[in-house]
Amino acid sequence: MTSVRENTPGPGRSGRRGPAVAPYLMTAPAVALFVVFILVPIGYAIWLSLHAMRVRGTGLGIRSEVFIGLENYLDAVRDTAFYEAMQRMLGYGLIMVPATMGLALLFALLLDAPRVGGKRYSRITIFLPYAVPGVIASLLWGFIYLPAVSPITAALEALGLPAADFFGDVSIFFSVANIAVWGSVGFNMVVLYTTLRAIPKELYDAARLDGCAEWQIALKIKIPLLRPALIMTSVFTLIGMLQVFSEPATLRPMTNTVTQDWVPLMRVYQQAFVENDIHLGAATSVMLAGATVLLSLAALAVLRVRNARSDR
Amino acid sequence: MSVQQVPPAAATAPADGSPAPSRAAVRPARTKIVPTVVLALGGVYAVLPLLWVVIAATKTPEELFSTFSGWPSFNGGFTGNIAALDDYGDGRFWLWMLNSLIYAGGGAFLTVVVSAAAGYALAKYRFAGQRLIFGALLAGVLVPQITLAVPQYLLLSEMGLVGTSWSVILPSVISPYSIYLCRIYAAAAVPDEILEAGRVDGSGEFRLLWSVAVPIMTPGLVTVFLLQFISIWNNFLLPYIMLADDDLFPLTVGLYSLLNRGASQPALYSLVISGSLLSIIPIVALFLFLQRFWRLDLVAGGLKG
Repeated sequence: MTSVRENTPGPGRSGRRGPAVAPYLMTAPAVALFVVFILVPIGYAIWLSLHAMRVRGTGLGIRSEVFIGLENYLDAVRDTAFYEAMQRMLGYGLIMVPATMGLALLFALLLDAPRVGGKRYSRITIFLPYAVPGVIASLLWGFIYLPAVSPITAALEALGLPAADFFGDVSIFFSVANIAVWGSVGFNMVVLYTTLRAIPKELYDAARLDGCAEWQIALKIKIPLLRPALIMTSVFTLIGMLQVFSEPATLRPMTNTVTQDWVPLMRVYQQAFVENDIHLGAATSVMLAGATVLLSLAALAVLRVRNARSDR
Repeated sequence: MSVQQVPPAAATAPADGSPAPSRAAVRPARTKIVPTVVLALGGVYAVLPLLWVVIAATKTPEELFSTFSGWPSFNGGFTGNIAALDDYGDGRFWLWMLNSLIYAGGGAFLTVVVSAAAGYALAKYRFAGQRLIFGALLAGVLVPQITLAVPQYLLLSEMGLVGTSWSVILPSVISPYSIYLCRIYAAAAVPDEILEAGRVDGSGEFRLLWSVAVPIMTPGLVTVFLLQFISIWNNFLLPYIMLADDDLFPLTVGLYSLLNRGASQPALYSLVISGSLLSIIPIVALFLFLQRFWRLDLVAGGLKG
């Protein structure tokens, strides 16, 4: 952030011109939309999560919204379906996050390494799935997993091998994770690669003269310099894990292994729109949002510590 | 900042081992086989599902389940599938595509307008409340858009907008990340001297934004547009929650509903497959065509914090 500020002029210029209205008018649409579509919904969600529909009075009581404190949160935490959904999400994330980051880093380093062929082709093709909507990607992979039409099953059969079950109790985690990995490796790879390209090449020359192999340069020079970008992309990938929805939701019509509340966000959807308990759904989604914000803040704190250390 | 240092050509040019000419003279630059193969395998992994959908779309519904899935069919299955898709719900599929185009195109355009003005103002002015606005927007990056879905639904329902196209477009217009990128780009690319010169000549602030800053910021704005276009085009949860009317669905929700129906009627699978193929073609074409206009160094520069 500090580097951005250095590029901008110091105060004083606007002082000469008196209080300018222009910047306020220019930011007004963004601020208005921010308030209406982000700030108010957050406040509303928190308000909802602290209330519930209750019948008041005796006999033919009228249902009305009453303040119930943290009761919804207790219900949300005690909800076994949510708890199981969290476990499944973590299992999925344990595969998806390391695979995405590992492959993105590997491909970025290979793209940046000298004397590797076909870079332009690889860079474009690996980035390509980013343009494919998650739902469409899930449809495609879903069909590839579906025994009746799967080219993988067909290939295994042709080789006389037993058919793979992509919708098994354990394999489903890999199947869902694979779809997300397929869709997100390319974007992360390009971000890491672009960061690598901005590193002055002279840094490597001395190491090369000392007889360092390319993989040693990658390990000892490039990866440490990539750390801030790696942390940020990892956080985005982790946030993606918390928000996983469209992949399992799309696979659901194809298999019974994926339940209606397979991951937390599916549980939120179910609570809010199937069971019509908006208040419980709000509490669950506030918890999810809270986890995301905490995660991001932790990553920013780590980054700040690292930057401060490298500035010294 | 990398935004300034890396010209677009450098970001797209292939990197061959140029940095050490003295070594290159000693040893001829030979392509390394293992890294090249690993990278190529990554490319194959990325392309395989796309290749499969092209092949599967050539098959008639019966062939889909009976013929080897690694090889295309030439019995008129493709044209038959397209015709069936065209027939489905009186051409509803094309409506979905048009809807996706309107939501993504219109939404991304509005995002660029709103974000460019805000990003420019945050980068080039000092004003009271600036830190508060920027801080709030930055915090907005951290708030998961998707967990806002439930309260956004309720809010828009109060406003009577649920079930209309606006319920999909309006929440997509505010993108803290886009504003952040615009701010970085404006700070790095728009020189203060030109703005000062314009002020001396008597230009108003909005004129400076429109005729000085916007032309300079165009490469960055194209990137913001593309990122936002893809993100709205790919969005599923928001339209899934907001819309009930088939005719307003974007492609993602439309094809999902088709698959849901297909679970009991496998004959619909062929429709889903050719629909998926047709839905990917425009965005992949746009993506490949505009590839060189992307300034992904901007995204990477933004991530460096």
